[in-house]
Amino acid sequence: MIEVKNVNKAFAGKTVLTDVSSVFEQGKVNMIIGQSGSGKSVLAKCIVGLHEVDSGQILFDGKDFSAMNRVQRTEVRKEIGMLFQGSALFDSMTVEENVMFPLTMFTKKSKKEMQDRVDFCLDRVNLTGTNKLYPSECSGGMQKRIGIARAIAMNPKYLFCDEPNSGLDPITSIIIDGLIKEITYEYNITTVVISHDMNSVIEISDSVMFIHNGKNWWQGDRDSIITTENPEILNFVYASDFMKEIRVSMQANRK
Amino acid sequence: MNVITNIGRYILMLGVIFSRPEKMKIFRKRVFNEIEIIGIKSIPIVILMSTFMGAVIALQTASNIDNPLLPDYTVGYITQSSTILEFSPTIISLILAGKVGSNVASEIGSMRVTEQIDALEIMGVNSLTFLVLPKIVAAIFFFPILVIFSMGLSMVGGWLALTASGLLTTETYVLGIRSFFEVYNVFYALTKTIIFGFLIVSIASFYGYYTKGGALDVGRSSTQAVVSSSIAILIANFILTQLMLL
Repeated sequence: MIEVKNVNKAFAGKTVLTDVSSVFEQGKVNMIIGQSGSGKSVLAKCIVGLHEVDSGQILFDGKDFSAMNRVQRTEVRKEIGMLFQGSALFDSMTVEENVMFPLTMFTKKSKKEMQDRVDFCLDRVNLTGTNKLYPSECSGGMQKRIGIARAIAMNPKYLFCDEPNSGLDPITSIIIDGLIKEITYEYNITTVVISHDMNSVIEISDSVMFIHNGKNWWQGDRDSIITTENPEILNFVYASDFMKEIRVSMQANRK
Repeated sequence: MNVITNIGRYILMLGVIFSRPEKMKIFRKRVFNEIEIIGIKSIPIVILMSTFMGAVIALQTASNIDNPLLPDYTVGYITQSSTILEFSPTIISLILAGKVGSNVASEIGSMRVTEQIDALEIMGVNSLTFLVLPKIVAAIFFFPILVIFSMGLSMVGGWLALTASGLLTTETYVLGIRSFFEVYNVFYALTKTIIFGFLIVSIASFYGYYTKGGALDVGRSSTQAVVSSSIAILIANFILTQLMLL
């Protein structure tokens, strides 16, 4: 479980996060949604320590991550897997080397054991046989799946996914969403997904946190986000005319 | 103000770089890899630069010495001393600041803007030690080898130019090269080179590591890295000359 308590963050005097608090539960897909520039990626980077919070606490299973030194944080980070928006694969390494990288850095496994783990992870994301390819030889969807394989290589307790569907077609997005959901349930991981894709919210979220103007504006489950009357959420969820029409017909059906 | 801020951040960065690597086996592998990228791949440009530089120094010296009281071997002596003292360590380092500095800054800068450095940090890897320390070790180890190589080639270049143009015989040139040779000058040159190598790689890494933005900013960081490391070399050259030769 990850707890965020009263987090504030500003850059050069410009406030980005204001008194944000939330709980991300284990074994669930916890989504952070919001418009571009609302502060959701900054919140995620604060949680994993890529940005220092100005005030507030980040707790990983009760341990205060924000108060830890670099060495202590390293221990927690070994339990974190992260899928980046642009996949962030090491372009000088092959797919196999990318997935094997955390294992070579932090475990004392034999070459054979590491190879087996890499093959297992690649098989888990349906990329068997791509070991010797370089990231530049893979499609966007494949790169995301390699990113997931690398993120789960160390059996993480916490999985962060930053815009996992950005730049992907709808079908590939559903595949990636499905993988994130399956892995979360299979390994009982605390998963946090940052997204502004409502399809993902409907498909995989167990809990949803809506960030607006750097504040935790709304929190609930995926069913209640569809029915809420909160005007900011309505603007976000039903942004297009098509979605507005769907909402009108949904309301008519309810009557 | 910005310069002072950057110097402060640079010093703080150095403090993080010189941490114990997570795994020595991987560190050694990366050092050898960097020796190939930074060192071995710089050999062609060092050969080209040094040979022509030595040839030009020898020809210009020969053309400017018209005093009959000066012996002919003076040309060889001046080629040797100017090459060892200044041209090989400083000019080659400036050339390497362009080649290696831009390469290092753009490599690390690209990793920064594509979140690869964030990925390293999230995994718990000290990204500065992992990325920069092997480059620094490789530069400190291999730059002196390149400069020794350059010294030899410059003198060969001078010999080729002088003998081909008929200005000097091989015997006279070699006599000049061997005259008044001081081992301390080589020590001074190599000490300078080690410091220049450190400055080039660490400054380029600094600009690469703190790149913000996109591809355009990577290019900008690369340019800043070359300019700043060149200035740092010139300043360090002046200070070291004061300290070691006077």
